[in-house]
Amino acid sequence: MQAFTRLDATLAPLPLANIDTDQIIPKQFLKTVEREGLAKGLFYDLRFDGEGRPKPDFVLNRPEFKGAGVLVAGDNFGCGSSREHAPWALMDFGIRCVVSTSFADIFYNNCFQNGLLPVVLKADEVASLMDEAKGGNHLVTVDLEAQTVVAPSGRTYAFAIDPQRKEKMLKGLDAIGETLTRAADIDVYEMRQALAKPWLEDA
Amino acid sequence: MRSMPGKTLYDKIWDGHVVTEQDGEAILYIDLHLIHEVTTPQAFAGLRASHRPVRRPDRTLAVADHNVPTEGQALGIGAVADEEARLQLQTLERNVKEHGIEFFPMGDIRNGIVHVVGPEQGRTQPGMTIVCGDSHTSTHGAFGALAHGIGTSEVEHVLATQTLRQKKARNFRVNIEGEPIPGVGAKDYALAVIGEIGTAGGTGYVIEYAGSAIRALSMEGRMTLCNLTIEAGARAGLVAPDETTFDYLRGRPSAPKGGAWEMALSYWKTFFSDDDAAWDREITLDAGKIAPLVTWGTSPEDVLAVTDRVPDPESFDTPGKRASAVQALEYMGLTAGQPISDAKVDVVFIGSCTNSRIEDLRAAAKIAEGRKVASHVRAMVVPGSGLVRAQAEDEGLDEIFLAAGFEWREPGCSMCLAMNPDKVPPGQRCASTSNRNFEGRQGRAGRTHLMSPVMAAAAAIAGHIADVRDYL
Ligand code: SF4
Repeated sequence: MQAFTRLDATLAPLPLANIDTDQIIPKQFLKTVEREGLAKGLFYDLRFDGEGRPKPDFVLNRPEFKGAGVLVAGDNFGCGSSREHAPWALMDFGIRCVVSTSFADIFYNNCFQNGLLPVVLKADEVASLMDEAKGGNHLVTVDLEAQTVVAPSGRTYAFAIDPQRKEKMLKGLDAIGETLTRAADIDVYEMRQALAKPWLEDA
Repeated sequence: MRSMPGKTLYDKIWDGHVVTEQDGEAILYIDLHLIHEVTTPQAFAGLRASHRPVRRPDRTLAVADHNVPTEGQALGIGAVADEEARLQLQTLERNVKEHGIEFFPMGDIRNGIVHVVGPEQGRTQPGMTIVCGDSHTSTHGAFGALAHGIGTSEVEHVLATQTLRQKKARNFRVNIEGEPIPGVGAKDYALAVIGEIGTAGGTGYVIEYAGSAIRALSMEGRMTLCNLTIEAGARAGLVAPDETTFDYLRGRPSAPKGGAWEMALSYWKTFFSDDDAAWDREITLDAGKIAPLVTWGTSPEDVLAVTDRVPDPESFDTPGKRASAVQALEYMGLTAGQPISDAKVDVVFIGSCTNSRIEDLRAAAKIAEGRKVASHVRAMVVPGSGLVRAQAEDEGLDEIFLAAGFEWREPGCSMCLAMNPDKVPPGQRCASTSNRNFEGRQGRAGRTHLMSPVMAAAAAIAGHIADVRDYL
């Protein structure tokens, strides 16, 4: 996983609720067997028209939001399909942080597997951040260590995050490697279960 | 001294599967890992790169479902025209062979949608932990198993360790009491719950369904309900196992036999919520007050009774919701205030892991029998597995559908997400028994209305969204 510490980047507003992972990365891009190269499909139907031409109004197509690194979006971001292609596509596009009032469970987990920081703020904070993002200055600072988002106006929003998740993200730790340090515990568990539930062993 | 509070069904499954804790997370043992072609290639590639084996191939089962065409499956991979889909299917085949994982390839009668196959084979059992790189894994909760979707990194984690790192969710009980009116069933219950609590209403929770209406549901109905639990944002749905569950499992290929059956049965019977268990949230719905439901918008919470009118975006309480509703109406080609039953349909899809089991097909066939699909409608039935298809053919359901003008297809996810050639064309309107009405879900610019199998069959006959009660 890519570590996340501190980020200075352009903030792009996407003021819609319930942005689902089908919208983040539509199905035609799920046929890949790779993790890379998904930026081309990010928000495809929002970014491009039926002929594949960029829609000039869509926020990520507008010159002032070029190279955006942070998105601020409406409630329940990332609902729907479990596809990890959604965080992969966001990351591949250069987005390292999404701010919303709430995230869907699986998407939220997937973010932490990839070093994409999901930041939860209160509804009025998200609304004022959204307003600022629409203004003339779009630069924000996201500091994971300090747990703050500093808006273009200098207003600072504190966010909460699970301490263990924060630690792993700061260091970019590999979850499988961590779990395998407990392989002996898994062995013991399996031996006990094999005795208690023998019918599962010869399935 | 106060005694310990009772445990919920979720608490019991959780407690029995915690291997250990590390950094504030539980390392949860996974009893069954289901895999398919779309969300696994990068996981196997990761294993290969780090020279890690699959810890328990025997606890892993693979199917090909998302990409497969729904005709010509006997030709095998040759039936797949799309080159990328073919590569993905071949990659799965290579990976399962390399790691010794059981696999039902396309064309095998046991193949089908992953969430239809697991229960049908008897692999899904009460008290288990089950995961799959697919959000509708919640389906298996119908058996009183803790089942949920995971991402590809977690698929790799489960392949390598047979465990998942998890934090515990909270307990939410949804009671549905009483008897439904004719024409109303599990799909309507599920839509009613989502409409009530919203698509984020279950976030952070595991939902257990209880009450007399749930006890009265068949396993198929319970699976429909748990399947849609993810659309309410909950991590998983659960129904406590009972005689209905055990009857369903008895004799299935992977269900325990003989003495092992008795042993398993007494274990399974320990999985229920104690009377004094504590619930973080609870709601109760009256089954008798639920009408046949359809969705009007592009989120599964956009639910209304078939007799209702399309809502006005101004009636929503937040600017975000109003903006989403305006966009949804435009996308769906609907006007605020119009009766939803005015909406003319072009396509009808009966299938998906929500509603493609034998009972769903029987119910739809009953509506279709002796009637004709409206001439402007393309209607298709896609059974959930090869075994469902065979059973339906034994019962003559295929003939009923064909005589009415439905297409009778081969199993797979099909038009539920349109990764295969079955798509709703741009601008067309589809009455669908699937689970997601998101923009573009069933094909670019396609318009989806979610509903039950009987409602979809009625829409096919009427040529517009219709009240199934007129066809009973
Ligand atoms: S039928 Fe639809 S929801 Fe179910 S597994 Fe397939 S694509 Fe996913």
